[in-house]
Amino acid sequence: MLRIESLTTSLGDFSVRDISLEVRDNEYFVILGPTGAGKSVLIETIAGIHFPSSGRIVLDGRDVTRTAPWSRPVGMVYQDYMLFPHLDVGENIAFGLRQRRVPAARRREQVIEICGLLEIDHLLGRSPGSLSGGEQQRVALARALVLEPKVLLLDEPLSALDGPTRERMRAELSRVRRLTGTAVLHITHHFEDVFALADRIAIMRDGRIVQVGETGDVFLHPADRFVAEFLGIGNIIRGRSERFGSVVRITTTSGVTFSAASGTLGEVVATFHAEDVILSGAPFASSARNCLEGEVLGVVPCGSTIQVRLDVGFPLTALLTRESCHDLALSPGVRIFATFKASAVHLIPVGS
Amino acid sequence: MADGVAIKKGALTGLLLLDIGGGLLVGLILLALATLAARAIERPDVLVSTIGDSTVWNAILTTFAAAFLAVILLALLGTPLAYLMARSRNRALPLVEALVDLPLVLPHTIAGLLVYLVFMRYGPLGQPLGALGFSFEDAFFGIVAAMLFVGIPYYVDAARDGFAKVPIELEEVARTLGAGPQAAFLRIALPLAARECLSGAITAWGRAVGEFAAVVMIAYYPLVVSTLVYTRFTQYGLADTVAVAIILLVACGGVLVLLRRAATRLWRPDAPA
Repeated sequence: MLRIESLTTSLGDFSVRDISLEVRDNEYFVILGPTGAGKSVLIETIAGIHFPSSGRIVLDGRDVTRTAPWSRPVGMVYQDYMLFPHLDVGENIAFGLRQRRVPAARRREQVIEICGLLEIDHLLGRSPGSLSGGEQQRVALARALVLEPKVLLLDEPLSALDGPTRERMRAELSRVRRLTGTAVLHITHHFEDVFALADRIAIMRDGRIVQVGETGDVFLHPADRFVAEFLGIGNIIRGRSERFGSVVRITTTSGVTFSAASGTLGEVVATFHAEDVILSGAPFASSARNCLEGEVLGVVPCGSTIQVRLDVGFPLTALLTRESCHDLALSPGVRIFATFKASAVHLIPVGS
Repeated sequence: MADGVAIKKGALTGLLLLDIGGGLLVGLILLALATLAARAIERPDVLVSTIGDSTVWNAILTTFAAAFLAVILLALLGTPLAYLMARSRNRALPLVEALVDLPLVLPHTIAGLLVYLVFMRYGPLGQPLGALGFSFEDAFFGIVAAMLFVGIPYYVDAARDGFAKVPIELEEVARTLGAGPQAAFLRIALPLAARECLSGAITAWGRAVGEFAAVVMIAYYPLVVSTLVYTRFTQYGLADTVAVAIILLVACGGVLVLLRRAATRLWRPDAPA
């Protein structure tokens, strides 16, 4: 759908160098990288706002490297939504259709249709300034999607939202993509954005792509130390997921089991934060938690916290304060219980 | 407790001083107006005959028409310039900014001299435009040229600030939604900067109406309001000048207030266009 070949663009302090990647039909592709890696320059170049100094952009079989932005079948949603403040919601969404000189009646139908899809019909006459972040996001999505782009470019779409809105929007993006079948290229500096969304991911650093692959593969086999630290999620475990009541049960390759609040089944990569692991001398009774017994392998001071490495049948890392580490008298060889919530575990399917 | 009261007292005194300071300025303007009105009432016969004087009304008409035309030309030529200045990252930008602001710091007699040199019969613009039938020396278009020149910074600076406030991403989004650069300018940047453009136009209009030195150097005639007051002062005496001044004041002040009112009614921030 979208193929980028050896693309190089420079823009002030930011640049992308020699980038090649492909977003397939119907694919949700996430580019992950720290702030300043050049992600925005890359998608703005794909949108046609900047022209590359070398390389090619092929969209839907057509070379669009040097064409004007308005002639490219891409939709773009900025992090700050960038709704037109002097137009109401309906006029914002109809903007692109007006540019294409779609007749008023047909325009109205299309706006209503896309608003129905995104469940924002009730916002039509409102001014953008009066909308919440999540609502603005939906309007920005509608404004881009109403033109039926081949590729939807999303610039940090979840970063400006608060926790619960963020989760709702994540589900929304997944649903919209399923319904429209549009390929999505989503850039973010937040690795949690990939969960339940990304089919494949690319890791970007200093204007270059350092790794591309199926999401699970990249988490399991980070190409280098930078990728591993950037994805620095603490615990990454390979296993098999099966339905178990309202949750799923993961059986690791070493035969240990724990549960996760997820619907993903089959071969998976399970991930959870080291901060989400609680250590205790005796097992916790709560059934909502995973409680595994293991042995302390190492205790590593890490700034104001202490990193504890355990073997619970698979390697597990926990992050503790100095006080709790002292209270538990942790040292290599000590037997200990590690507890973490099923809801703290994220599952990434591994390609069949 | 006592300390608290003392601090309160100090703050109150401070506020009072501020009020007095601010009040002094308003008071000064009021005093000037009251003095003028008192003088005018002293000679009601002169006031009445001046109201009936067609020279006065012709001067007002000439001034308003020339100022209006100057502002229209300023908007046509200055809006694209302001937009380019707001968007440009060119290293020559500070130079352009300084040039645009030059009429602000020039003594108006020098501005008048510059306008005269450029637009006189044999001036670099006066000559070719003269061939097309536009004359400037002691002519209506000379007044327009002078008003345009001194109005440049008032309009362009305001419009540029307006455009600078419009995030460039809004135009970029518009371009990904199918708008060309012109449509992005006309449908996004211009409506969002319209308030500042209009405000700049009104200020420039006000400046143009009040201009004397720059106008008088290229076009003593037809008389504009400032020239009329000056001629009355030097040739007729105080009573006639006062009568002319109060009529002009009411006319110019009234129109300016009406324009500002209309502008705020037309352009409410964030209101759907």
